[in-house]
Amino acid sequence: MERLKNKITQAVLLSVGLTLASTSFSAFAADVPAGTQLAKVQELVRGNGTEVASLDPHKTEGVPESHVIRDLLEGLVNQDSQGNTIPGVALSWETTDNKLFTFHLRKDAKWSNGDPVTAEDFVYSFKRVVDPVTASPYAWYLEMTNMVNAKEIIEGTADKETLGVKAIDPYTLQVTLTTAVPYFVKMMGHTTVKPVHKASIEKFGDKWTKPENFVGNGAFTIANWVVNERIELVPNNNYWDNAHTVLTKVTFLPIENQVSEMNRFLSGEIDITNELPNEHYKRLAKDHAESVSIPGNLCSYYYGFNNAKAPFNDVRVRKALSYAIDRNVITKFLLGQGQKPAYFLTPEIVAGFHPQMPAYGKLTQKQRVQEAKDLLSEAGFNKQNPLKFTLLYNTSENHKKIAAAIQSMWKKSLGVDVQLENQEWKTYLDTRRQGDFDVTRAGWCGDYNEASSFLSLMQSNNSSNDPKYKSAEYDQIMNKALLSTDDQERNALYAEAEVLLAKDMPIAPIYQYVKARLVNPHVGGFPTNNAEDKIFSKDLYIKQ
Amino acid sequence: MFKFIAKRILEAIPTLLVLITISFFLMRFAPGNPFSTERPLPPEVMENINAKYGLDKSVFEQYTTYLTNVLQGDFGPSFKYKDFTVNELVASALPVSAKVGAAAFVFTLIMGVGVGTIAALKQNTWIDYTIMSTAMIGVVMPSFVLAPALIYVFSIYLGWFPAGGWLDGSFQYMFLPVIGMSLLYVATFARITRGSMIETLNSNFIRTARAKGLSYTYIVLKHALKPAMLPVVSYMGPAFVGIITGSVVIETIFGLPGIGKLFVNAAFNRDYSLVMGVTILIGFLFIIFNTVVDILLAAIDPKIRY
Repeated sequence: MERLKNKITQAVLLSVGLTLASTSFSAFAADVPAGTQLAKVQELVRGNGTEVASLDPHKTEGVPESHVIRDLLEGLVNQDSQGNTIPGVALSWETTDNKLFTFHLRKDAKWSNGDPVTAEDFVYSFKRVVDPVTASPYAWYLEMTNMVNAKEIIEGTADKETLGVKAIDPYTLQVTLTTAVPYFVKMMGHTTVKPVHKASIEKFGDKWTKPENFVGNGAFTIANWVVNERIELVPNNNYWDNAHTVLTKVTFLPIENQVSEMNRFLSGEIDITNELPNEHYKRLAKDHAESVSIPGNLCSYYYGFNNAKAPFNDVRVRKALSYAIDRNVITKFLLGQGQKPAYFLTPEIVAGFHPQMPAYGKLTQKQRVQEAKDLLSEAGFNKQNPLKFTLLYNTSENHKKIAAAIQSMWKKSLGVDVQLENQEWKTYLDTRRQGDFDVTRAGWCGDYNEASSFLSLMQSNNSSNDPKYKSAEYDQIMNKALLSTDDQERNALYAEAEVLLAKDMPIAPIYQYVKARLVNPHVGGFPTNNAEDKIFSKDLYIKQ
Repeated sequence: MFKFIAKRILEAIPTLLVLITISFFLMRFAPGNPFSTERPLPPEVMENINAKYGLDKSVFEQYTTYLTNVLQGDFGPSFKYKDFTVNELVASALPVSAKVGAAAFVFTLIMGVGVGTIAALKQNTWIDYTIMSTAMIGVVMPSFVLAPALIYVFSIYLGWFPAGGWLDGSFQYMFLPVIGMSLLYVATFARITRGSMIETLNSNFIRTARAKGLSYTYIVLKHALKPAMLPVVSYMGPAFVGIITGSVVIETIFGLPGIGKLFVNAAFNRDYSLVMGVTILIGFLFIIFNTVVDILLAAIDPKIRY
């Protein structure tokens, strides 16, 4: 379905200022309400989309990998079922200037072989991420945290020993950033910054993730791994909170075909699916209402205009096309799972994000179409000289349906002739990157729960800015926001950036995603309010 | 015969070499690369990755290095599945495909030849019509329609078999995939066998045998079956190819960890080394199997001599 899998949607949120002197929370684990009858067999089976590319957190970049690694390795912080940042290996942390962070690690954290988890493990791991020898595809994530020398080390101009991280003592970790990053602690929930066991890596090299070699510090450890078939995890007896783990086995199945996955759910072989097939949604919602789970998701669906190319370098053309899309038809009739119409690049579910509805968002569709017609004829397009272009999307039934609907909306309301062109994923990425398109489908999921994870896409120097939007004013707002240490001020600037996007319309936002899946009602502890879809198996249990 | 086999093996070497060369360059010239993602990697990270996988060298240099390694039996690390080498991945996937494929192939032959023969012997009776019309449905029903239908009936509705997975590859996990993979070929083999059998039964030497007063069963088994098998054996080659390539669909639908699924994912991921490894493996298997079919043909047809 949506090809958004190759990004880790991650890293957490501290909703309020981190300038707080110090923070401390109680631990979170399988929280079984009193009176719940637990099933005799506590084994859980989860659909996990595609086969994991690796179980080494420093070599992965996808969502399926993160789902498994979240159970195998524990970073400085975790998330609770609401998506709040809670302590992981770090019991508490403090900062005074959002540049120097001190983490106090719990003393009872252990690796699965019994070794203690220390600050040195994090120092080793962070250095390993930026080390060019590791060739981590997410090395840039540490660059994004602004950790001292991360960029230089990746580029090969500085030694990895100069990274801004050090162990003050075995249980105190200190991280130094080049500029203030108020959401730094949330970023520490990401897969890329999970610790790895140095001795195992030195002994086994690339083979350290094999079940027979694996040493982790998460609630579970690997028992069995058959590529393209299953990964089985069992509790890690040395995990500091193992007493609260209820499940005795967790199996991840890599099933790409949504219908196959649904069938296996319906025949009782899977407890939690990864997705659900859109075309079966209505039937499932009717016949299996108790199993359908649809929390909001930190992702946006939009069409990007090629702003560098005529006629899309004309804001009137871009606006006309955006206005003429009837978003309600798409969310209600084509998708119908609770997706919301989008008028912003940033999904409204993002923490602290309160945008103002742009003028066109308040009009009826009829009024929008009228404005669109006027704009298009002003731009010089009419019956004698109709606008013609190609709409690019990556091959998928869902994208095709939406593209066909929008094609007909544009044709009917504006007389625009649109040709649809679908390309297989990697070919499509290539075409988009080379700017060889008129209008292209795009989607984005946040790497962390903060508007900048979306809005930075439209900065003129951003490598993902395929629509080639270039606005000095926008860049200025974003730079100011990224330097601001005040949450309120920062979010106000993000709202301002969205106002500018509605005015320049470099992209046409279409809808805000939901994460629809099937969850067997006997699964307890499932996080239905975690926008980043971070499911920790240690928090789950099976009811009778 | 020995000379024939030796000749076929020698011929296989240039064939494989051409196969390797063409696939190698086609793969490199396909748009996209193993490491292209929605968020483009910073150039410095990309450089580190390219250096690690030898992609920073010229394509020709990569080609010669690859050939040298392959000759030593080393198919390199997978570009996508970073914790495994191509050799490890193939070693874990091949037994699964081989087991399902072999079971499907044997089932196909026994069923196809069996019902085809029965239909021929009961020519133009209701038995013949029932078998042949069922076979017709089998021929026109693609596996991507048949397999979900089987799952719906046998897994969801009746609950007799699991809807997918492999586990240890026991009978219950193999049953539906094998049926899904074979039905098309059972139907085709039945049709071929029936036609060929009827033709053989009407030929002169059978009439002679009957004139000599031999029993009908004896004539069918001893005299008719062997010549009637010629077109069947000839079709075994293409059927084998079909089962291997068709395994892509079946393995995806049933979630089997076999070669077909590995191959498709490798192509989508632009996993250069894995695509190459599986291509070479399948090419090699085809050559072997075609040789086997040729030997079988020579054994049953006195007109063929090598």
